[in-house]
Amino acid sequence: MQRSFIAKNPSVLIFLACLALFTLIVTVLSEGFGVGVISTSFVKTLGKTLCLCLVAVAMDLIWGFTGILSLGHFAFFGLGGYMIGMWLMYERTRLIVVETLSQTEIPATSSEIIDGIGNQIFGVVGSSDFPLIWAFSDSLVLQLAMVVLVPGLLALVFGWFAFRSRVTGVYLSILTQAMTLALALYLFQNDSGLRGNNGLSGLQNLPGVTASQDEVSLWFLWASALALGLGYLLAAWVVSGKLGSVILGIRDNEARVRFLGYSVETYKLVVFTFTACIAAIAGALYYPQAGIINPAEIAPIASIYLAVWVAIGGRGRLYGAVIGAAFVSLLSTWFTGGQAPDIPLGFYTVKWVDWWLVLLGLSFVVVTLFAPKGMGGLVDLLSQRKSPNRHGADLGPDDGALREQEASQ
Amino acid sequence: MIRPFLAGLAILLSCLTATAQDANIQPILQEYQAEIAKSSRKTIGPVIDAIATSGSPQAQLMLEIWAAKNMWMRKSDGLFFVGEKTDAKSYQLTDFDSGDVVGSYPKSDLKQLKPNSGVRAMIATALVQFQLMDPDAAKRQDALTSIQRDPGPTLLAPLRASIDSETDASLKAQKQRLERLLTIGYDHDTKARVDAIKDMSGDLGVDVRATLNPLVARTLNVAIGGSPTGVNVAALLEPGTDQLSKTDAYDLLVAKGMAPALVSSGDIRKALAANIESGRVGGIPVAQLDNDTARKAAYAALADAGQVPAFITQADTDAAIANHVFFETFAEPSVDVTTAATDALEAINLKVGINQALDLTLDALSLASIYFLAAIGLAITFGVMGVINMAHGEFIMMGAYTGYVVQQMIPDHTLSIIVAIPMAFAVTFAAGVAMERLVIRWLYDRPLETLLATFGISIALQQLAKNIFGTQARPLTAPGWLDGALVVNDVVSISFIRIAIFILALVFLGVFLFIMKRTRLGLETRAVTQNPRMAASMGINPGKVNMLTFGLGSGIAGIAGVAIGLFAKVTSELGSDYIVQSFMTVVVGGVGNIWGTLAGAAMIGFFQKGIEWLNPSNTLAAQTYMIVFIIIFIQFRPRGIIALKGRAAGD
Repeated sequence: MQRSFIAKNPSVLIFLACLALFTLIVTVLSEGFGVGVISTSFVKTLGKTLCLCLVAVAMDLIWGFTGILSLGHFAFFGLGGYMIGMWLMYERTRLIVVETLSQTEIPATSSEIIDGIGNQIFGVVGSSDFPLIWAFSDSLVLQLAMVVLVPGLLALVFGWFAFRSRVTGVYLSILTQAMTLALALYLFQNDSGLRGNNGLSGLQNLPGVTASQDEVSLWFLWASALALGLGYLLAAWVVSGKLGSVILGIRDNEARVRFLGYSVETYKLVVFTFTACIAAIAGALYYPQAGIINPAEIAPIASIYLAVWVAIGGRGRLYGAVIGAAFVSLLSTWFTGGQAPDIPLGFYTVKWVDWWLVLLGLSFVVVTLFAPKGMGGLVDLLSQRKSPNRHGADLGPDDGALREQEASQ
Repeated sequence: MIRPFLAGLAILLSCLTATAQDANIQPILQEYQAEIAKSSRKTIGPVIDAIATSGSPQAQLMLEIWAAKNMWMRKSDGLFFVGEKTDAKSYQLTDFDSGDVVGSYPKSDLKQLKPNSGVRAMIATALVQFQLMDPDAAKRQDALTSIQRDPGPTLLAPLRASIDSETDASLKAQKQRLERLLTIGYDHDTKARVDAIKDMSGDLGVDVRATLNPLVARTLNVAIGGSPTGVNVAALLEPGTDQLSKTDAYDLLVAKGMAPALVSSGDIRKALAANIESGRVGGIPVAQLDNDTARKAAYAALADAGQVPAFITQADTDAAIANHVFFETFAEPSVDVTTAATDALEAINLKVGINQALDLTLDALSLASIYFLAAIGLAITFGVMGVINMAHGEFIMMGAYTGYVVQQMIPDHTLSIIVAIPMAFAVTFAAGVAMERLVIRWLYDRPLETLLATFGISIALQQLAKNIFGTQARPLTAPGWLDGALVVNDVVSISFIRIAIFILALVFLGVFLFIMKRTRLGLETRAVTQNPRMAASMGINPGKVNMLTFGLGSGIAGIAGVAIGLFAKVTSELGSDYIVQSFMTVVVGGVGNIWGTLAGAAMIGFFQKGIEWLNPSNTLAAQTYMIVFIIIFIQFRPRGIIALKGRAAGD
């Protein structure tokens, strides 16, 4: 009997309901449209957290379901941010330059306006000409397309090279990390055309919008929630269909899937590129809320934190990734923001600003060792779902349906 | 008998006093009283020359005291004295010539002479001739250094005069070399200069190039009509070629005032703005002037009316360029000298190129040994055992911090390094064993999770180091005998620390090979990594072997940390700077083979230096391209340069 998609995946409905409820509550409590209990900066933090949840869903898809531990998805996230940032910065600077030039006696020519924008944007890196990659920055539509196309293309080319030569496992992880490092180092250069380590700034100001940040922050929260909802739905649909079965097979036993006649490389490449695009969209929504993007955001450590979130949340289940990203990143904001109370031990006071990373690192080790299912495993306890007893310790969803005894044979 | 003698003595004495009188310094000083009292770089030149050539025995002393700001003027009569502070308000004055103490005066009666830095430099130059003959060899050396730093035509004669009387062989050689260089630069005789250039041809010294290069420096110039005369022409240039574009040629004409400037779009804009009449310019409404065509039309209308200078057309510029000859001149007027200098520079450049290649090779070798050192511990844990240890970089950092702590306790640098190396090994060995027992042992079949768990440890260790040692860089000072460099010539040199690291890398290679091939532990390690079950059934305890092997790899990382800390700054990020490169080294070289790691380190080191050589200003770009290159390299040799074959490969 063909059951409906929702009936097969009740968690999707619950998740979407929770997300809608969350968005509604934040809206009601916000300064922009509601009673003003939640400050605008916290609304932005929540909006950013939703974007991080979306990139975590992408990460879960590639790692938890396909078994490829990519340490490069934050590079795609950052690239998406750069692409939208280029349009935001260009358009805003254009408005300012046009405003300035209209003060003069002679109306400005279009080349004068472009020169003015170039001076404004690239003066900080000692240049005034537009590099080639800014060719489409005057068009919102083209630049929005670039948000998906540029990271997608990078993922496609890199993935094609990597999967074709059958680089797998930890080698692939290190290779993706190297790619991230190379991209970050490249962007750090002043002549990369993206303003070197200054990055792109002033992204929180939408050109031509007069509404206050109180309202704009809510628009972005809604957009992020919508993107997360759609992304989650899409990811859930992908993993519950035929494609999902194949990628789970690849995760559990790649050689067997290949011998069954599937083109493993193509499947991997499709999922890798698809998740890169999701990550890029999340980044394009994240950075206008953060207001600034620079190459340090792309550093390899960011991608590893992404893996940390997904692992703590529980990989191999989509809501696990979302819970992990939301929980760890919000907790991280709380601890590093200096809001957590210090613990006086008499001889030494534990300041959480200093000790949070130690705690995070160690709890990560503990989760890996003792709770491979992560926080999502709690749901199993609640719903009293039990894994089949196949003897030996549970290795978690990696190499995956295997138990310890099978894995070591 | 006695009277003539006495008379002779009297005459002699009077002569002596007369000569002393002639050579007294005070009269000369008084002659230039005003210039000295208000010294400036522009006016003081003749004064210093007069003092220096006076032949007075006190001239050197006086100049030194003047430069040291110890010369004082008595306001009452304008005489100059050596001043020495007796108490807060008074100074004791001493006469230059007699050396007698004149008395003590309150500060208000005196004026201190403070020559500014420009004047002091001129005094120093004048002092050189005295210093070159000074009995103290150190002072002669100082004088030579000062000439090298600031050569000048006036120094040639005193330098030449001092060569013959020089007794120190090394100083004599330096003087002769310097004399050659000054001859090239400042001699009046062309033949002598050409000979000097030929003598120095092929010399690698930076000073030779610094002397020759200004001679052949080219200046772009232009003349009306035919070929220029009276100048030393380097080359005639044809406008419109690669050497000189037509735009540049016309710009030069404008700069020389030989042609009217082109009307730029900025000029048009200004001219239009200045000539707005009731909302119109040249008959065109201002609102329509938002494109270049309309602006040009309006400007042309203004030019027709004679209100602004006319446009310069392409034909005008071409005609102007055709009427002139463009050429490059040498700063040096003598053709013989420039030809000889060009030839000499060519010979030098070839030699410099060869030596630079050699220097680059040494640099690359030393970078390769650093990578090898950082990666060799990883070659054991990752290469042999197959355990991904992302905290490997933090073990390097722990080694470096151990070195720092040991150095805080043992101030003697040599001894502290000798103590630090085994200490670092012990600390990181213990840390490695603890990590293996507590974490890695449970994850042997799950490489991805090993990666993540060790990464958690890496984050925690890094932050812990930050909490303990702070974020600022800590010094780990190398012992004195490692300071300095092995200088082959002005181009090729390598610091002793780098040589030490190279030797250390070789020692590590030897130790690794010895342990793996010649010891019981090595045999058991190889057995356990190839087939743990079989090894266990042969009576080997795999747990213990794994623990020891991991500890060994970590301990070597600790020693590498001490070595790296000697030349890099010790911070909590020290390890993460090397971790990606270390993994790359192992992966590129081929996992499980120490020769592969060596080949990988060599390849990455040479490649990175090669890119840096092509684009020296940008080490970021070098790293970027290196990583991209590695990613592509992995495509063609996924298992590294030296791939394991057969069962040892594991699959």
